[in-house]
Amino acid sequence: MIVKRNELTWFERLYLPALIGGLKVTSRHFLNTLTTKTPVTQQYPEEPTKVLPGYRGAPYLVRDQDGATKCVSCQLCEFVCPPKAIRITPPGPTGKPADRTNAEKMPEEFEINMLRCIFCGLCQEVCPEEAIFLKSDFSLTGLARSEMIYDKEKLLALGGTHPGIQKWKHKLDEAKEQETFPVKV
Amino acid sequence: MSAPATTEAKPAAPTAAPAPPPPSDKIKIKVDGREIEVPKMMPDWQGKPQPTTMLQACQLAAHEVPHYCYHPKLPIAGNCRMCLVEFGTPQMGPDRKPVLNEDGTPKIAKSVLPYEPTTPRGAIACATPISPGMEIYPNSPATKQMREAVLESLLINHPLDCPICDQAGECKLQEYSVQHGQAESRFVEAKVHKPKAVDLGPRIVLDDERCVLCTRCIRFTKDIAGDDALGIVNRGSYNTIAAWAEGKFDNNYTLNTVDICPVGALTSKDFRFQMRVWFMKETKSLCTSCGTGCNIVVGSREEKVYRYEPRQNDAVNSTWMCDSGRLNYKWIGRADRLQKCGMRIAERGMLEVAWPTALKGISAKLASAPSSSVAIVASARQTTEELWLLSKLAKKFNALTDSVARNGEGDKLLVNADKNPNSNGARLTGISGPQLGANLAKIAEGIRSGSIRTLIVFGEDVTKHGIGADLLAKLDTLIVSDILPNATTAAAHFVLPGCAHVEKRGTFVNVKGRVQKFMKAVEAPGDARPEWEFLHELVHNVTGQNGFSTIEGLFNQMAHEVPGFAGLEWAKLGDTGVTVQI
Repeated sequence: MIVKRNELTWFERLYLPALIGGLKVTSRHFLNTLTTKTPVTQQYPEEPTKVLPGYRGAPYLVRDQDGATKCVSCQLCEFVCPPKAIRITPPGPTGKPADRTNAEKMPEEFEINMLRCIFCGLCQEVCPEEAIFLKSDFSLTGLARSEMIYDKEKLLALGGTHPGIQKWKHKLDEAKEQETFPVKV
Repeated sequence: MSAPATTEAKPAAPTAAPAPPPPSDKIKIKVDGREIEVPKMMPDWQGKPQPTTMLQACQLAAHEVPHYCYHPKLPIAGNCRMCLVEFGTPQMGPDRKPVLNEDGTPKIAKSVLPYEPTTPRGAIACATPISPGMEIYPNSPATKQMREAVLESLLINHPLDCPICDQAGECKLQEYSVQHGQAESRFVEAKVHKPKAVDLGPRIVLDDERCVLCTRCIRFTKDIAGDDALGIVNRGSYNTIAAWAEGKFDNNYTLNTVDICPVGALTSKDFRFQMRVWFMKETKSLCTSCGTGCNIVVGSREEKVYRYEPRQNDAVNSTWMCDSGRLNYKWIGRADRLQKCGMRIAERGMLEVAWPTALKGISAKLASAPSSSVAIVASARQTTEELWLLSKLAKKFNALTDSVARNGEGDKLLVNADKNPNSNGARLTGISGPQLGANLAKIAEGIRSGSIRTLIVFGEDVTKHGIGADLLAKLDTLIVSDILPNATTAAAHFVLPGCAHVEKRGTFVNVKGRVQKFMKAVEAPGDARPEWEFLHELVHNVTGQNGFSTIEGLFNQMAHEVPGFAGLEWAKLGDTGVTVQI
């Protein structure tokens, strides 16, 4: 396709008016900045940063609407984690029973090393239980390396609640319904 | 599966008259359009020759047919229907002669439904024998549709338990769903719920919802273990596996059903919720609980052993192992393992020392020991290479040597009455005579009379075998290597921390004379070193003979010098070992 170019008028061909026009814009911004009418620098950390929805901050564990740990210790996040920041201790045969009704297991310990975490979000993506979410925290500090390894309690406290469909409970209810005869379906 | 060695077709006798062709024991068939020749008969689960099945033929043609209920070491049940394949046979005319196509090739009649000749009718590959000229279509659209439909039917009531199911990662249902299944479920009704976490026996938990009713566990326990403890109860969708009485599935082979269960229905109580299988490093090793020497795979992660699983070796254990051997791994990670070399100094008691100090100390003591004043007790739990190195030391000092016999109860299947994994290794290297432990009394007597002043003990607590603490106190030098602390290590002048078999490499000779090697799965704790490593140094220091400093070289050298191992090489042992004359 050939686009036809418009011929420039003689006024445009003078060149100087366009130059002056451009300088006007530049000097307007310059003066506005000089008189702090339009701020360009954010005074972090005095001024908190507004994080937009969908931002990928630190991964935290969440609880369901009943306040139960959603994680069932399937260890897929531990497997997928590229910097190997996640470390899960499974409950074993003698571990504490799961918080969630009918979920059979939950992690005995769940640790995320925030120094290693790269906030990639693969853990959230891979989680079959919707138990781990990247929240909006991005500036994590601590006085020692050991402080930066967040354990299960801390992760759950930071993560808050995240209601879901409660599939394990739903399954149990469904099973209970089938105990009576005739079976309701 | 590799093709078993079969007798080749005999060439016709070179006579002038055209002799009738000898009956061939091979059949020509076509698998997925490619012609191959397969043996007419192949070994069944018991090793008896039976007509080759379509599944075996497909395996020979390198086409994996998906299956749940079929297992090469179990009788065929044919109930899962997963191995359905479309096939065709040469069409026969009324004169019982094959009908030919225009180009002279035999016309193939595909199997179809009797009254619906346009609908393909599959046959289960695991139980259908092949016939000459048969064509199998393991990748045809009809076969794919059959697999898809069978999987859909199996998944109707299967729970979406994968996040909490121990089988996830080694589950055939997961694998085949990805390979052959549909992407989405069309099932909208409520799933049938069955009991979960049922206690079948002391080592087995059953999740009935996950069961696909392949009956592998039932056939195993009935036909292999000889304990008809399991069966199917209830009807239709409510079919469940059950033991004849609650918790009574308790024979010594129950955990094999966990291995052969294609789904997560049967799980091991010991391994339940311990570790996800995809993290496990798998190392080829041997079970050391008895003289059978079952081949195993050690599952470990980050220097911790999580489980033993049997590994196929038809010359030793088929694909099975006993529960007692399988669960005998927990001592490896015990906290009280010997981790430091110890050296007793008169006034200061037992001191923790580094390896060079300990070995130098031992070498100095042994250098001044007169001939016949040394005795060696080496456990038949040590590897053959270690026993051989010890026999070199014994030769130098003309020492009395022996092992300790460990006898228990055996059974008909796998468990042997000899509880040492390497009794024959001790015999072949000359550490012990035909009867293990026959020299122990002589050694005790020698210590009592004062003729034996130095005792070297490897891997045994001799206080339990006739050489009590009072006798040990009489010795000038007591050199002990062991894995766990005991009364002998407590009395020792030198303690050398050794390795469990999963922490080193080596060979064992089982009761039938099979020389098998095992590999290293985890690192030894603390300063502990494989015994052959420091024994090699010690032999060099004491006898002046230098040998190979690798396990391969050491084994080859031993095979060269010990007549019982003549002709063997480390590399020739392979994964399943070689049998020697004993």
